[in-house]
Amino acid sequence: MTFDLFVLPFFLGLLFLLAVLFIKYSRWIAMMSGPDRVKAGMALFSVGMLKTMWEVFLESLLHRKMFKRNPLLGYMHMSFALGWFLLIVMGNLESRVYSGGHINPPYYPIFLKFFIHDKRVLPFEIFTLPGFFRFTMDLILLFVLSGLVLAIFKRTRSRWFGMKRATKHNKLDKWAITSLWLIFPMRLLAESFTAGLYKGGGFITNSLGSIFDAVLPLQYLAYPAWWAYSTMLGVFFVTLPWSRFMHIPTEVMLIYLRNAGIKQGKYPGSFAELELRACPRCGVCIDVCQMNDAGLNGSTAVYFIRALRENRAEVQLNSNCMMCGRCLEACPVGIDTLGLRVGARSVDNIMVASDFSYLLPQPSVKRKADVVYFAGCMGHLTPGVKNAMQKIFKNAGVNYNFIDKDGSICCGRPLKLAGLKDAASKLTDENTLKILETRADLLVTSCPICYKIFSDDYKLKGMQVMHHSVYIDKLVTEGLLTLQPSALRAVYHDPCELGRGSGIYLEPRNVLKQIAEVAEVAEHGVNSLCCGGSIGELGMNSTQRNTIRDGALKMLCEPQPDVLVTACPLCKKTFDSGNQVAVKDIAEMVAESMTINRQPVNNKELVEA
Amino acid sequence: MEKKARQFGYTITRDRQIDYDANKHDISKIVAAAEPSLNLCISCGTCSATCSAALFTDFSLRHVILLLRRGETSGLAKEVAKCMLCGKCQLVCPRNVSTRNLIIQISKAVIPAQL
Repeated sequence: MTFDLFVLPFFLGLLFLLAVLFIKYSRWIAMMSGPDRVKAGMALFSVGMLKTMWEVFLESLLHRKMFKRNPLLGYMHMSFALGWFLLIVMGNLESRVYSGGHINPPYYPIFLKFFIHDKRVLPFEIFTLPGFFRFTMDLILLFVLSGLVLAIFKRTRSRWFGMKRATKHNKLDKWAITSLWLIFPMRLLAESFTAGLYKGGGFITNSLGSIFDAVLPLQYLAYPAWWAYSTMLGVFFVTLPWSRFMHIPTEVMLIYLRNAGIKQGKYPGSFAELELRACPRCGVCIDVCQMNDAGLNGSTAVYFIRALRENRAEVQLNSNCMMCGRCLEACPVGIDTLGLRVGARSVDNIMVASDFSYLLPQPSVKRKADVVYFAGCMGHLTPGVKNAMQKIFKNAGVNYNFIDKDGSICCGRPLKLAGLKDAASKLTDENTLKILETRADLLVTSCPICYKIFSDDYKLKGMQVMHHSVYIDKLVTEGLLTLQPSALRAVYHDPCELGRGSGIYLEPRNVLKQIAEVAEVAEHGVNSLCCGGSIGELGMNSTQRNTIRDGALKMLCEPQPDVLVTACPLCKKTFDSGNQVAVKDIAEMVAESMTINRQPVNNKELVEA
Repeated sequence: MEKKARQFGYTITRDRQIDYDANKHDISKIVAAAEPSLNLCISCGTCSATCSAALFTDFSLRHVILLLRRGETSGLAKEVAKCMLCGKCQLVCPRNVSTRNLIIQISKAVIPAQL
């Protein structure tokens, strides 16, 4: 006997799920651009596929990034993912053994214990462990159930799992998770009842079965239990494509396409659609989001992505993000939350910035120099920074050309972050021409916002781009600058665009350590807080910004520093207005503590010496 | 007459009347609803003084707000399109007006009507 009516909810649910997935995936493949489709096709037969499979194993099954965040959280996710996966694999092997290696209908391994009440020891089991399959299957089920117990605890004790706040789920997600949670207890009951009736089963189902047999009329209960188990599976499969659990098939696809070298590209587009569905709404991004401090908890990445996926995106929701990248860093799936935000804004702000009359009368800056210096809009707004840089250049004897001394157009990053990519590219093109005219080898900028777009989007034909903190570190290492230590106690604040945005953490600290005693704060490096001044945010009022600033300042001032040092003029300006502590740019610190060379240094001599 | 006046170092401004009744005030209301900090503006002009775009064009946020409040919105679409959204004005504003969002909201209120 290999069929019974009760398998239908599961079987039809599975067929429905596969059909929906097939339609959805075909649509995404159709939406992909030609070159991307070729890339994706090629990747299928490359060595990179092994890497992809390994990553899928680590992230989708083991949940490595979740483990890194919190071991209990990681275990909970792993027990569901890996446990269920093992149940499927082992169940299939087991059913093959019993059916003599035939290909079985898909419901057969799932409900094997209903069809086969075997208590015999299989031939090969004599040499290994008697009841090998029955033992293993029970063990795996126990593994999944342990995760379920944790998941239930997490509802009320999310702090144990390292999460202060958990995601508020919508109705469909609640249906989906309820059916998912019920699948495994139902399986346990169905298998135990049957084991009780036929005296079979493994170490759990057998013993539970005998207990149930003593107190319950199992002949009436076993069959309904199988129906309940099958129905739960069916409900889960039917809700899956529209619930958070769509991330299960989509994340695998996302890892594969990402490793194939496919980028997010245009919004709306196929890759972006995939990313929206790869979000499991785990809620890891909620705690890290500083918008909560300002009372704006509806625009956090998880809710933003959900709204975008359900076509409910609102302008306010899209604007309320500082683009600090903390969610990007925390996301266990690696969804490009910032890219999606920019994409959504590109639809909102399509009308803005369409006149480019400021591009025409640019002052010429053709003078040949070794280094081009670009202070940026924010650099000009904090004259201390650009003056310090000029002093440093002079003291180190560098032949430099301050190309935006008399002002300049913006670098284009603020427009890009507002979703106005076309307008931004007009500015980047114009600035590129201006920078290339100088024929210098190196472009130094004081503003991490400019630095980010210079290194990401500008095509500077081999000209190196450096943030001033890196450049100063280079000058010091080359011996062109000599720094004198002071007794100051300093805290270094990593600006978002320089740290998480560009991966520069070490150089500013290297420099600062030679001048002052550096104390590290709780949230530094990749976890650094945003100052609240962000030009990526479009909707907050000043009170909300100040709340975020004060929250960050409170954390930064914990070691009671004499001076708060940063490397971004915008951070400096923002923190300055908080009136908590003296705020200085790394360039200002250097300019104050460097030994002044009386005579201009000859670079060559110093390098040779 | 004008020529004579120039010889003495003067110019004559043409007589101009602002007809408040004929002007469009609804746009200012739409913008103020979307970005309430518009109402905080005291027209001090700090924004225009620091503006990057103003270095190269005659763009002035102070002027834009003035026109908006007067209801002379016919030329606004062309004006606000000159902004680069760099955000300097927002940092210097003594009244903490969210100038970047203000520009975006003005564009949204004005551009579709004037296309």
